[in-house]
Amino acid sequence: MPEHSLTSSAQLKARHGRETRFRWMGRIAILLSLGFLVFMFVAIGMRGSSAFSQTRILLQINFDEQILDPQAKRDPAQLALANYKPLITKALKQLFPEVTKRRDQRRLGRLLSNGAAFELADMAAKDPQLIGTTRDIWLTASADVDMLIKGKVDLGVEENLRRLKDTELSWIRKLQDNGHIKKKFNSAFFTKGDSREPEMSGIFGAMVGSFFSLLVCFVIAFPMGVLTAIYLEEFAKKSFITNIIEVNINNLAAVPSIVFGLLGLSIFLGVMNLPRSTPLVGGLVLALMTLPTIIIASRAALRSVPNTLREAALGLGASKVQTTFHHTVPAAMPGMLTGAVIGMAGALGETAPLLMIGMVAFIVDVPQGITDIATSLPVQIFLWADSPEKGFVERTSAAILVLLAFLIAMNLTAVILRKKFEKKW
Amino acid sequence: MTKSSVKKDKPAKKSKKNIILSAKNVDVFYGSKQAINNVSFEIPENRITALIGPSGCGKSTFLRCFNRMNDSIDNCKVTGDIRFAGQDIYDPAVDVVALRARIGMVFQKANPFPKSIFDNVAYGPRIHGLASSKEHLEEIVVSSLKRAGLFDEVADRLHEGGTGLSGGQQQRLCIARAIAVDPQVILMDEPCSSLDPIATAVIEDLMESMKENYTIVIVTHSMQQAARISQRTAFFHLGDLVEFGKTRDIFTNPKQTRTQNYISGRTG
Repeated sequence: MPEHSLTSSAQLKARHGRETRFRWMGRIAILLSLGFLVFMFVAIGMRGSSAFSQTRILLQINFDEQILDPQAKRDPAQLALANYKPLITKALKQLFPEVTKRRDQRRLGRLLSNGAAFELADMAAKDPQLIGTTRDIWLTASADVDMLIKGKVDLGVEENLRRLKDTELSWIRKLQDNGHIKKKFNSAFFTKGDSREPEMSGIFGAMVGSFFSLLVCFVIAFPMGVLTAIYLEEFAKKSFITNIIEVNINNLAAVPSIVFGLLGLSIFLGVMNLPRSTPLVGGLVLALMTLPTIIIASRAALRSVPNTLREAALGLGASKVQTTFHHTVPAAMPGMLTGAVIGMAGALGETAPLLMIGMVAFIVDVPQGITDIATSLPVQIFLWADSPEKGFVERTSAAILVLLAFLIAMNLTAVILRKKFEKKW
Repeated sequence: MTKSSVKKDKPAKKSKKNIILSAKNVDVFYGSKQAINNVSFEIPENRITALIGPSGCGKSTFLRCFNRMNDSIDNCKVTGDIRFAGQDIYDPAVDVVALRARIGMVFQKANPFPKSIFDNVAYGPRIHGLASSKEHLEEIVVSSLKRAGLFDEVADRLHEGGTGLSGGQQQRLCIARAIAVDPQVILMDEPCSSLDPIATAVIEDLMESMKENYTIVIVTHSMQQAARISQRTAFFHLGDLVEFGKTRDIFTNPKQTRTQNYISGRTG
């Protein structure tokens, strides 16, 4: 046995053992956290994915001129206001001649969504040529039918406890046998605002509201945050006052968001009388919240710029402002943008302050600008999660999926921006 | 203000008209810590003056007084009288931007801007408005690169990144960048400390040829380098200027024991 053994010894074994154990602990930690994430995504995905399809019923609609446009003016505004209910009733009568009782006919009509007539009105208003013709049209089914087709109704329950009675089930079965009922892609979910009817409600209004709020937030918070950071980092002399400012910026970053909401309520709405429930006020409040995040990230980015770069410019006789804006800021830009995007992603998911300034209202119309009343994605999720209708359950999950998709897209943008603008030293 | 301008108007020593930089009773403090103790000496024009001494002796700090780079350090205070061509550079009327256009600097670590080679050299002339036209600017860039001995190596890639060059080339790019502003003095803070001997030799040759047009003050760690290239040498130790004189004298016949010990390798 040589004096210095190059093979394993008890002490070496213990050292390697420690390393192996540490590696496994790390792997287990990663697996656990990934597991939670996957669990969350799968759970939401399973509940929400069904909301991306919508049950529709094929009806042969006769756009009867007598009912819709007796004076034959073809005025789109008038056509949009006409009564399209009778057309649906007629089409259903053709399909189900055996249903004669008034009460049953009304129940038959309820297989379709209340919004189906409005769908016809929209079509006619867009294309007045339809008047007088007969077309096959897929109309939105009611939420009850939708849930049944998606297999979310327990048919084992006693008939009088079910929302769909046996007669309705037989009608639906007949429609199914004829191929008149089908699940189709739910484009309304991405193009419409909120609605009392789950099958007619969409996320688009909330998306636009969120977009406008974030726009206001970015336009205010980014320049202010970046300029604050530049001043504090590059120009201000370290003193007692800058120390106090620094501590308080960190404090602001830790203030709960609802406090910012209350602040916005009392100042923007109470004192400045800005319009309630609008993306303008929402964006202002979110800007207050995002500001500290952007300042802190921008200062870190500026601090990471090597001092040799500043010295190079100063040594050539560049002034402080030239040095800062020609060299330091461009070099720190990727970090600043990343910080801003991450701050914005936080603002996108923020709910509490928006509740305080009234962006929690039931709003059907898609907002057209920053002064229109609006809601936002997380608030819409909150509103739908609060609704008892079964159709809203899947929509809540679907809205969460949309929100997560946006968050992932924004964080991805941050990564791409950083990669794109990063310079090597 | 008036007092200092009166002081400035005192005629500088005209007899030694080739003295370009002078320091008199200069103290430098970092907060309460004194880094330079009462240093006085004069630097002749169109010569290479080397500042040598062990690490932390204050030679870099002292070098940075000449173009007021210490201004940007928050708690650094410089007292005493430092004159460039007879003018007190710490006079409130002196614009530090104009001063740095006359006294260029090359740093220890090559620090080209993350821009093209052309833009690196053109930056100084651009901010000082030295070029009258695009062609003139190109002329300045090319002649600066030629003087820095870099042009032949980068002629075909002037618009590629300056950070892609080798260490020695980057340092020569920084020299070209400093030359482009047409300074009278170039301060060099250990310009070869991160270069291999071949790149170092190239830069030493360059300095030798540059001294016709410029006054060079170089801080160096390497005594051999100081002996090879400089005409004057100042030896610093613990913030004191121990000895200053002709390089030949300092290295062959030092008067102070501290210098002797350092040069012979016994301390430092």
